[in-house]
Amino acid sequence: MTTADPSTAIAPSPGDGRRPGRDSLDATRRKEVRSAYLLLAPTIVVMAVVVGYPIVLSVINSFQLDAHIDPATGFAVTGGFAGLSNYTHWLLQQCNGASGTVPCAPGSLAASFWTSVFNTFFFAVVTVTLETIFGLWMALIMNRNFKGRGILRAAVLVPWAIPTAVTAKLWYFIFATDGIVNAVLHAQIIWGSDLWASRFAIVIADTWKTTPFMALLLLAGLQLIPEDTYEAARMDGATTVQTFFRITLPLLKPALVVAVLFRTLDALRMYDLPAILTGGGGGKGDATTTLSILVVNQLGGTNGQNSASALSTITFIIIFAVAFVFIRLLGANITGSEKKARKVAKEV
Amino acid sequence: MRTAMRVAAAGATLALTAFGLVACSSTSTSGSGGGSSSSTKIDKSAYGPITVVQGKDNNGTLPLLKAMWDKAHPKEPVTFKQQSDQADQQLQDLLLHFQQKSTDYDVVSSDVVWTQQLASNQYLQPLTGAYKLDESAVVPAVLATSTYHNIQYAAPAATDSQILYYRKDLLGSKPVPTTYAEMFADCSIAKAKGIGCYTGQFAKYEGLTVNFSEAVNSAGGTVVDSSGKPTLDTPQAKQGLQTLVDAFKNGDIPPAAITYQEEQGRAAFEAGKLLFYTNWPYAYSLTTTDASSFAKAKPDALGIAGFPGKSSLGGHNWAISNFSKHKGTALEFLKWFQTPEVQKFAIQKSSAAPVLSALYTDSSLTGTYKYLPTLKASLDSAVARPATPYYQAVTTAIQNNAYAALKGSKTVDAALADMTNAIKQAGNG
Repeated sequence: MTTADPSTAIAPSPGDGRRPGRDSLDATRRKEVRSAYLLLAPTIVVMAVVVGYPIVLSVINSFQLDAHIDPATGFAVTGGFAGLSNYTHWLLQQCNGASGTVPCAPGSLAASFWTSVFNTFFFAVVTVTLETIFGLWMALIMNRNFKGRGILRAAVLVPWAIPTAVTAKLWYFIFATDGIVNAVLHAQIIWGSDLWASRFAIVIADTWKTTPFMALLLLAGLQLIPEDTYEAARMDGATTVQTFFRITLPLLKPALVVAVLFRTLDALRMYDLPAILTGGGGGKGDATTTLSILVVNQLGGTNGQNSASALSTITFIIIFAVAFVFIRLLGANITGSEKKARKVAKEV
Repeated sequence: MRTAMRVAAAGATLALTAFGLVACSSTSTSGSGGGSSSSTKIDKSAYGPITVVQGKDNNGTLPLLKAMWDKAHPKEPVTFKQQSDQADQQLQDLLLHFQQKSTDYDVVSSDVVWTQQLASNQYLQPLTGAYKLDESAVVPAVLATSTYHNIQYAAPAATDSQILYYRKDLLGSKPVPTTYAEMFADCSIAKAKGIGCYTGQFAKYEGLTVNFSEAVNSAGGTVVDSSGKPTLDTPQAKQGLQTLVDAFKNGDIPPAAITYQEEQGRAAFEAGKLLFYTNWPYAYSLTTTDASSFAKAKPDALGIAGFPGKSSLGGHNWAISNFSKHKGTALEFLKWFQTPEVQKFAIQKSSAAPVLSALYTDSSLTGTYKYLPTLKASLDSAVARPATPYYQAVTTAIQNNAYAALKGSKTVDAALADMTNAIKQAGNG
């Protein structure tokens, strides 16, 4: 008989005086863990239904062929297993020719894929960089004590409080050919259509809108820095520049990394601003098309859902990878675990 | 491990938006409709209350229509459901209901370019057998938008075609242009006045498909043939696009027009910045009444004429859902809506152009709606946009390539070749 008694496996070494106490401690712990799972169960179920199910279904669909029309009857028939063809459709630009695959024709949605990837990252990098610089600047100003600080803080929030759709329409009129920007510049720039003008129209509008969000997150970080560190720096005769780079910036890093992470992931999903401001147009017609716009466009008809599933899976993986890099390399602490926070603090 | 979980949590939440969209609309379609079209008589059980779905009712006509219908059909009252005022969202709403085989919708309003894709998925009741309609009074070009594979799937409810608006005061005694060539020949008048000569809708959106098709059709070409195959490799098609490209190049169409949808073009025309301008008839009453419009002060300065060539068709069709429980009543509704009384009522209350040929010369209407004879002239030569179940991919291919050609970043030949390939690839599924 070699049936292992589970209790022997965890039997403590003999002569341990604290044995009974520790046993009961373990039991309490186990009970706590059990009730924790019990309390979490409804949330886990809800998450599985609203997050897990759609993601799994979407991934499954991305391996199915799109419905196509039977030329004899004119009716749509479902596709069957697609293998990786929905993915190669986007990534390798393979479209269906009369026989076998051919490179996708320019002007089709698939042909806009790599432009959209470029646009998405271009917007993310440029807007987040600008927002971080301006946001930090605004936060430093708001962190000072002066008359009217409350009013300034409220005023800074206004662009963030306006719905994005309204912001987009607002800038649409500002960037109109006979709008105020051209009037001020004495220029005839067609913002809605030029390759780079349309991209910068998006960058300017997005920076205007989301800098306040950055500023507020950073302001919260700044207010956590104890005043006495600055006092000590002053006593040691540090200059303002030294104080900023040696004290403010390092102590602000946790807040900064989280703010940049949030904004980056947000920017990678950008949809509403370019969709309304330029309709994704400009350049050859896709200069401001982001991945999200491409997904929605692909979903527009009756017969493209499975390709769209593949495209949104690709988008998901891209965003996931960026988030992973951020958390791994920059140590972004988004779940508020103390261990990580302590580690960051120690590094500082 | 913890890091990975954190990444997963963050990523999953952030990517939800895109996924939610896909998962919601990705139910596959299998072909099994009601299919009672073979029988010659509609069963009694197919009569009862119906729900009629259409886009937002901007003119408040639905309660009046309901009162009219309910009075005539007390046992089968109608319920109108309004969708959003955005065409894309209206189509999405229809697709969601059809994919669920929902019996909630009995009659649906289908934009003229949706009928084929809805029919190809067997969402619509074919109007054959007991469901056959007598459509002899309907304008033929309009009727063509309701068929797919030679079967009628919908009954035209309201139509639309573009007309030419022009400055009568500037054109003077010169004849009103009836072709693009004649129109651009008159551009010297605009140049002398220092204003733009012509615009339509050239921003990258559905309006560009409308305008591109008009240019190609007016030059004697076609965009696709009856089976949906592209026919853009003809000299006529090339000439059509070339006309627009040249006009952009030499300034006859002002550069800003590449961003114009209907409303921006209307604003420019009303501000006196254009000699010619093509748009739907809805603009007529606005241009004559807007305070900022030249026509408000000088009504005689505004002229309207038939489209200088072949206009594209707009409008809506009524279709019976294949999942409806009361198809008999639904059919009655389709017939009722095409009666002269209802068609007259629709133009009076919501400026929806009638689908019956006879009403365009009806003296009780032409007095108030002065543009009706003009509109009829446009309608008679109008051509539907490509009728294909892959409309979304086809219109995308047209918009992107035409846009690139108009901006000069692609040659006309390359744009048409790319368009042809993209339309073919869409058709290959």
